Amino acid sequence: MAAAAPLPAAPRGQDRDTAVVLDGVEKHFGKVQALRGLSARIGYGRLTGLVGPDGAGKTTLMRIMTGLLVPNAGRVTLAGYDVVDDNDAIHVASGYMPQRFGLYEDLSVMENMRLYAQLRGMDADRHAGLFDELLDFTRLGPFTGRLAGKLSGGMKQKLGLACALMARPAVLLLDEPSVGVDPVSRQDLWRMVQALTDEGMAVVWSTAYLDEAERCDRVLLLNEGELAFAGPPGELTGSLGDRSFRLEEVGAERRAVLAEALDLDSIGDGVIQGAGVRVVLRADAARQQIQALADRVDARLVPVAPRFEDAFIDLLGGGPGGTSALAERLPPVRLDSNIAVSCRDLTKRFGDFTATDRVTFEVRQGEIFGLLGPNGAGKSTTFKMLCGLLKPTEGEAHVVGLDLRRATGAAKGQLGYMAQKFSLYGLLSVRQNLEFSAGVYGLEGATRRARIDEMIETFDLGRWLSAAPDALPLGYRQRLALACALMHRPPVLFLDEPTSGVDPITRREFWTHINGLARKGVTVMVTTHFMDEAEYCDRVAMLYRARLIALDTPDALKRGAATDDHADPTMEDAFIHLVESADLADEARGEASQ
Amino acid sequence: MSAFDTRRLSALVRKESLQAVRDPSTLLIAFVLPAVLLLLFAYAVSLDIRTVRIGVVVESPGASSQQLAAAFAATRYLDVTFAHDRREVADRVVAGELRGFVVIPQDFEQRLAERSGQPLVQVVTDGSQPNTANFVANYAQGVVQTWRAGMGGEVPSASIALEPRYWYNPELESRRALVPGAIAIIMTIIGTMLTALVVAREWERGTMEAVMSTPASVVEILIGKLLPYFALGMLSTLGAAALAIFVFDVPLHGSLAALLLLSAVFMVPALGQGLLISSLARNQFLAAQIALFSGFLPAFMLSGFLFEIDSMPAPIRAITWLIPARYFVSSLKTVFLAGDIWAVFVPDLLAMAAIGAVLFALARRATRKNLEP
Repeated sequence: MAAAAPLPAAPRGQDRDTAVVLDGVEKHFGKVQALRGLSARIGYGRLTGLVGPDGAGKTTLMRIMTGLLVPNAGRVTLAGYDVVDDNDAIHVASGYMPQRFGLYEDLSVMENMRLYAQLRGMDADRHAGLFDELLDFTRLGPFTGRLAGKLSGGMKQKLGLACALMARPAVLLLDEPSVGVDPVSRQDLWRMVQALTDEGMAVVWSTAYLDEAERCDRVLLLNEGELAFAGPPGELTGSLGDRSFRLEEVGAERRAVLAEALDLDSIGDGVIQGAGVRVVLRADAARQQIQALADRVDARLVPVAPRFEDAFIDLLGGGPGGTSALAERLPPVRLDSNIAVSCRDLTKRFGDFTATDRVTFEVRQGEIFGLLGPNGAGKSTTFKMLCGLLKPTEGEAHVVGLDLRRATGAAKGQLGYMAQKFSLYGLLSVRQNLEFSAGVYGLEGATRRARIDEMIETFDLGRWLSAAPDALPLGYRQRLALACALMHRPPVLFLDEPTSGVDPITRREFWTHINGLARKGVTVMVTTHFMDEAEYCDRVAMLYRARLIALDTPDALKRGAATDDHADPTMEDAFIHLVESADLADEARGEASQ
Repeated sequence: MSAFDTRRLSALVRKESLQAVRDPSTLLIAFVLPAVLLLLFAYAVSLDIRTVRIGVVVESPGASSQQLAAAFAATRYLDVTFAHDRREVADRVVAGELRGFVVIPQDFEQRLAERSGQPLVQVVTDGSQPNTANFVANYAQGVVQTWRAGMGGEVPSASIALEPRYWYNPELESRRALVPGAIAIIMTIIGTMLTALVVAREWERGTMEAVMSTPASVVEILIGKLLPYFALGMLSTLGAAALAIFVFDVPLHGSLAALLLLSAVFMVPALGQGLLISSLARNQFLAAQIALFSGFLPAFMLSGFLFEIDSMPAPIRAITWLIPARYFVSSLKTVFLAGDIWAVFVPDLLAMAAIGAVLFALARRATRKNLEP
């Protein structure tokens, strides 16, 4: 990567190693305070993670650094230039990749690259070498003529990166580059960014995935507009000491054990990991309580390496308790059949494009069943056919024994559905939203009033009743969405990416409810792109290129990916392994048929 | 502001042109919509009145009244149904079959003889269609007057004989006035609506954010947007003019150069308005609504294209001075129907340029190179 950057004579200041200086940065939009007195430094030659849950202020900070927003107070310099006073120089010195794919979908890969090269003052013909290098780097070479809109999520991000890298900026700002990118492409992005920092570029990578923080050289951890931590991620994780443990082989009882563990006052945080339960002790808490619990359920308690997310939750004072008030109130679900959801040879074609290709599986009652796959793998299509929103081209699907092709209406009455982004009615109040969903599921009279009151009490919605859903804190909005989906006490619950855009604490509360529901016998179907959340599932169906490539427990999937030098793979490793094996199998088949 | 860079500008223009050519909706708006509009205004919308169906109730049995009834029947513009009882035709007016009726009363001969100034006939019209009602009333009066004059000079003869001649459009064909006006509507749609939409689309898709983070300046970004749509607007005008002249037989008395000059100058306020809208509305739905209400509807109703400005109430008439389409319509009609009359063009051109300059200044002020709401 050797391009002539027409950088004006840079007053780089005293500190030549500092790429970005943030000094008391404040930003508010109307009454909403987005950033509160943020001060930090970002160095050259390093990958700096801007980490925090959605709504923490990451994008606002990114836009301020790239000169697209003006801070209300404080000062920001990038490569020695003030972002407000030297706005033009900022645009030369920085490369920026916005959160949403910022490229022209109706232009080809090459046309997009040429446009951004010219906008950054480069001549595409004179810099043919750089183009080849970038295409090689991003592995987009074979697709130069393809329209950007027809690229996969991962390829789009790589093209965005290539465009942001034109004219070789000193500082590269990437706003949530890994959203909508499957784990395989994400590996590619990491590799590319690593190569860039090795050359001395300052790279800022913002993300809501806390596991990504561990791969950064330094981390700026944002929470509600404040800097919660700045430094190497290991420093924060290390500060946790030996407080992370795993109860191994808890098996079928793991949900009950997690609930019990979270209710202990010595435990700050806990999640399910396959057949085990992972817990984090509160600061200065002793391990007697959890040891006693482990002994009682006959599980081994082993210390494990702390994760960044553990440290983050600890920093915020721990997660919610383990008891779901919602599940407590629910009567146990009894079904005639042991199979709650099933599909056989389920196929959906849109024109000559096959979105779902002969998918077959059965979901047992009370199971949490996960659908995983890269973008465009057919997750949503399969999901929508199973809850009666799409008609299958071929094959059949049953929910609690009802054929979705014939008894769509009756089947829909047996399932609760929570769509992405909660899909609440913004112009109705909280109470009206509840009344609407009660009405739409045919609840009437006293039952209807009783159910609504019950939901209000369970989810503590009382003081928000006349507020608009958008005005609610995220956690409450999620509760409301869940309340609406469960109003008619369905035996089967469908959750489509229920936790995207939700902070880790709210996610934990959500899973507490879901675990509670599953223990009451509610069958839960869930799609998610948080790989670690797949661990909550009893079984995971992995979809890739419209086909079901694996269906097993999370532990078994992880075991399949284990190698000699990588004995304890994560769900993400398992995912990458499965996708790569599927690709290899496809190639082998292709060669065999030739 | 960084120096203006023609290379960056040409990159932006190229990008915008590629997008315009690849987007079927752009081509639809620029070329198909104008053809449809012209077709509508040329054939479907006609303000001419031909063969209006009326009733003539002959209550008087006299010879004069028969003659008058015959005079009604002989006109080119009326299709007469005779009756002897007004109730017969009254029902048909209610049913909408007739637009009105003329009653030649029982005592017609007597009134005619007395010359007392009493009205000779009664004209009843369907007021739910005021234009036609007016026409029926006036025309019926005219028929009576003419007939009476023909009776033998007994009518108090006017000292001046009026013989109207309609200049520029001798046949008073409304198509000839409407088609040039329709070009103004088309240009408004392309200049204002399309521009507002394509800028809003960039906000919606997030591409504006990416472009703003490059060294390209606001002026470059805006001009890069405008140039392709200016060219598209001019092409569309040429197409519409060709259609008007060769297909709809609207004569072009003036020169093509004048027509193009007028169109080019009209694009200034049209594009300026589009830009101003796009700097206020960052989503396509809102942009389309604002463009519809602030651009298209005024151009349609207040430009003198359909409704004559002189017959509007004074406050509305005052508003029309702010509508750039008003000047364009007036000049367009002139260039098509009368010829190159610079006494008309120059004030119109100046007015359009002035409104355009104000709109551009406002748009430039409202557009900043950042994402501040």
